[in-house]
Amino acid sequence: MDIEKYIASGVLELYIAGSLSPEENLEVQHYAIQYPKIQKEIEAIEAAMLQLTKTVSPGIPEDGFNKLKPELDDLIPFLPTASEKKTPWNSYLGWAASLLFAAGLIWVYLENNTLKSEIEITNQEKQSLEEILSGVRNKVTSQETLLQALRDKNVTVIDLGGQTVSPRSYAKAYWNKEEENVIIDAQGLPEPPDGYAYQVWSLKLDPLTPTSIGLLEDFTADNNKMFTLPNPNDATEAFGITLEPEGGSETPTLDQLYTLGAVGP
Amino acid sequence: MNLDDLILQFQKKDKTAFEKLYNMYAENICGVINTIIKDVERSQELCQDVFIKIWDKSDNYDASKGRFFTWILNIARNTAIDELRSKSHKNQKKNLSMDSFVDTYENGEDLEGKIDAIGLQSLLKGLKDKCILLIDLLYFKGYTQKEVSKELKTPIGTIKTRLRSCISELRKNTQL
Repeated sequence: MDIEKYIASGVLELYIAGSLSPEENLEVQHYAIQYPKIQKEIEAIEAAMLQLTKTVSPGIPEDGFNKLKPELDDLIPFLPTASEKKTPWNSYLGWAASLLFAAGLIWVYLENNTLKSEIEITNQEKQSLEEILSGVRNKVTSQETLLQALRDKNVTVIDLGGQTVSPRSYAKAYWNKEEENVIIDAQGLPEPPDGYAYQVWSLKLDPLTPTSIGLLEDFTADNNKMFTLPNPNDATEAFGITLEPEGGSETPTLDQLYTLGAVGP
Repeated sequence: MNLDDLILQFQKKDKTAFEKLYNMYAENICGVINTIIKDVERSQELCQDVFIKIWDKSDNYDASKGRFFTWILNIARNTAIDELRSKSHKNQKKNLSMDSFVDTYENGEDLEGKIDAIGLQSLLKGLKDKCILLIDLLYFKGYTQKEVSKELKTPIGTIKTRLRSCISELRKNTQL
């Protein structure tokens, strides 16, 4: 603390004039207690101002203080109530401020927790959406693959019509001779009863020679009812689908022939 | 009894202490009021009113807010300014803005010769007009440092150092 510099700043002159802010007043008072030199300077400035204001004064009224006296007594009764009122207000304000502050803290804490759990939920939603998206992508990819397989120029399409046991059944076979496989679209077949499965046969007609090319495995669980089976039999003349006991049979059970269709010329 | 004890006694509603304070400051307070309202008789009435207010509000004084003289100076200024704004003075077309505390005698308004013109002249000897204006605004009109800075279009820092040198000049004259 440079006392000389502080005195030279002019702050003490403003202090006497009453032109400082409450904070600045406190600061000056604090320094005045700490440094006697500052206290003396304040008193000197005040003395100069007292002399100046006295010089411009027209003087006090004659017998001034005695004229005041009677009025002073009237005022006394009012004062105790005035001073009693003052103290509680300050402490109420203090309590109110601290309650407000505590409430603010709690609010911030709760708000923070809410935000955290909201972030958690959002993250979970994001993850499940990503899973759905990847599922959709896979589905699209597999359907594109399927579509490509069906549109291949080497594919022969065979309509399999419903037979006596189930006249309303139908199916389609997409036979790719080059690739030696056949895709069976079994959308038109009823679900097989428990313990049974559809078996697909490659047939030669004269004489009738059935060759098993496979089972439509997990028929119920398969959503699009499209099954790819190998068919190395170049000379296939027709495809048939029969209902057989689970695991399949050596020869087709002809009275359980659901659909049948001949390969076109 | 020193000033601090005197003020403490006064705050305890000790009339003897209050009388001492009255004798110490009443002339100054009357002077401040008269420089603002420029009416000797009325300013003496208001001066008495100010001391009743001081007695009434003695609990409000707190040393952390400044000097006791500064506190009563402020009450006096406010009382005088309120008087100026009141109806009774509107008719007389006096206002706060132009005249400074020196004009009271320079303009020949002090008809009764109550003001110590010679004393004032020697007190203000060597003080520039700038100084008189600054002292008038800050001490007699109660401007804050910001208001003075705005009024004179001068930075607060400059105002403070100028005020310091003006008051130093005034203090030299008081010691003569």
